[in-house]
Amino acid sequence: MPGLSGRMSTVVKSKISKLLDKTEDPGETLDYSYQKQLEQLQNVKKGIADVVTAKKRLQAQEGTIQQQIVKLDTQARQALAAGKEDLARTALERKGGLQTELQTLDQQITDLQTQQEQLIDSEQKLRAKIEAFRTKKEVIKAQYSAAEAQVRISEAATGVGEQMADVGLAMQRAVDKTEQMKARAGAVQELEAAGTFDDLTALGPGEDDIDRQLRELSTSSVVDDELAKMKAELGTGSAPVGELGAGQADAPDNVTPLRTGESADEASASEETAS
Amino acid sequence: MIVRISMDDQYEVLDEEKPEQLDHAAIAAVESDDEAAFRAAYDELLAFVRSGGPVDEDHLGGSDLILPPADVTLAEARTEFSGEGLLPS
Repeated sequence: MPGLSGRMSTVVKSKISKLLDKTEDPGETLDYSYQKQLEQLQNVKKGIADVVTAKKRLQAQEGTIQQQIVKLDTQARQALAAGKEDLARTALERKGGLQTELQTLDQQITDLQTQQEQLIDSEQKLRAKIEAFRTKKEVIKAQYSAAEAQVRISEAATGVGEQMADVGLAMQRAVDKTEQMKARAGAVQELEAAGTFDDLTALGPGEDDIDRQLRELSTSSVVDDELAKMKAELGTGSAPVGELGAGQADAPDNVTPLRTGESADEASASEETAS
Repeated sequence: MIVRISMDDQYEVLDEEKPEQLDHAAIAAVESDDEAAFRAAYDELLAFVRSGGPVDEDHLGGSDLILPPADVTLAEARTEFSGEGLLPS
C-alpha cells in the first residue's frame, strides 16, 4: 500500500536484508545476526546516555538562569529604592528576557524527557526481541534442514530488524533534538554572561547589543506593570534610600503607608506637595 | 494483518481495508497542507490500529504495514512522499 506506511515498510525491509548478510551456513547467519543485534543494543544504550547528559546540562543552565532572575529582581528593587528608575527598568527588562529564555529551556527539557522515555521504551522492546531471537536461533539450528532454516531465519530476523529500525528512528530524533539545543546553548551563555550587573553603577548610558535584544524580547507594558507593582510594594516611587517602610512616620495621619492602588495615588500626590 | 506504529508497538488488525481508507484521508490532508485535518485523520488511523491490541512481546514476525510515529508532523509526513523519509537508511 502506498501512503504513509509505504516507504517506511520499504526501508525497514532493506535494513533487514542487510542484517541477514548471509553466509552459506544457516548456523553462521544466525550467530552473525545475533552479534549484530547485540552491537545495536550497545549503541542504543550509548544514545540514551547522551540524551541524559544533554538534559542534565540544560537543567543546570536553567538553575543558573533562575538565580539570575532572582538577582535581577533584587537589583531592580534596590535601584528603585535608590530612586534610579531607569536602572530598575533595565534590570526588569533583562529579567523579562531571561524569563523568556527560561520558558524555552523548560520546553526543551520536556521534549528531551519525552525522547529519553521513547528511547528507553524502544530499547526494552528491542531487548525482548533479541532475547526471543536468541531462543529461536537455537531451535532453528537444532531442528531444521539448511533449506528450511533459511526461511525460518528470515522470519525470526524480521521482527528484530523492525525493532532495530524503530530504535534507529528514536535515536535519530533524539540526536536532532540535542543538536538543536547545542546550537542554542551558545546564545544562552551570552545571555547568562550579560544577564546580571556585577555592580549597579556599571550600567552606563550606553546600551550593548544584549540590552537591545532583551528590550525587544520583553514587552514594555509588562515591565511598566512590574515597575508599578514594585513601587507600590516599596511604598513610594521616590522614597529616599534607607527610609523605606519607615518613611511615612512623620506624615500626616491621612497619608498612611500604602496598601491599595488608590491610596498609592493619594500618597504620591501628598508626597509631591510635601517635597 | 500486523501493523507497526513506529516508536510504539505492533498490532493485530483484522480489517485490512479500513486502515487503507484512513491512510488515504491522511495523505489527502498532507497534500492540501491542512494540519488540523491531517492530525484528525492520522489520530483516527492510529486509534483504529491500536484497537486490535498489541502482539506478544516475543513475537518475531514482521509487519505488513509500518506507520510513522504518533507525533509525526505534517512536514515529516510530507518527506515520506518526497523520498527522503523518516527512517535513517
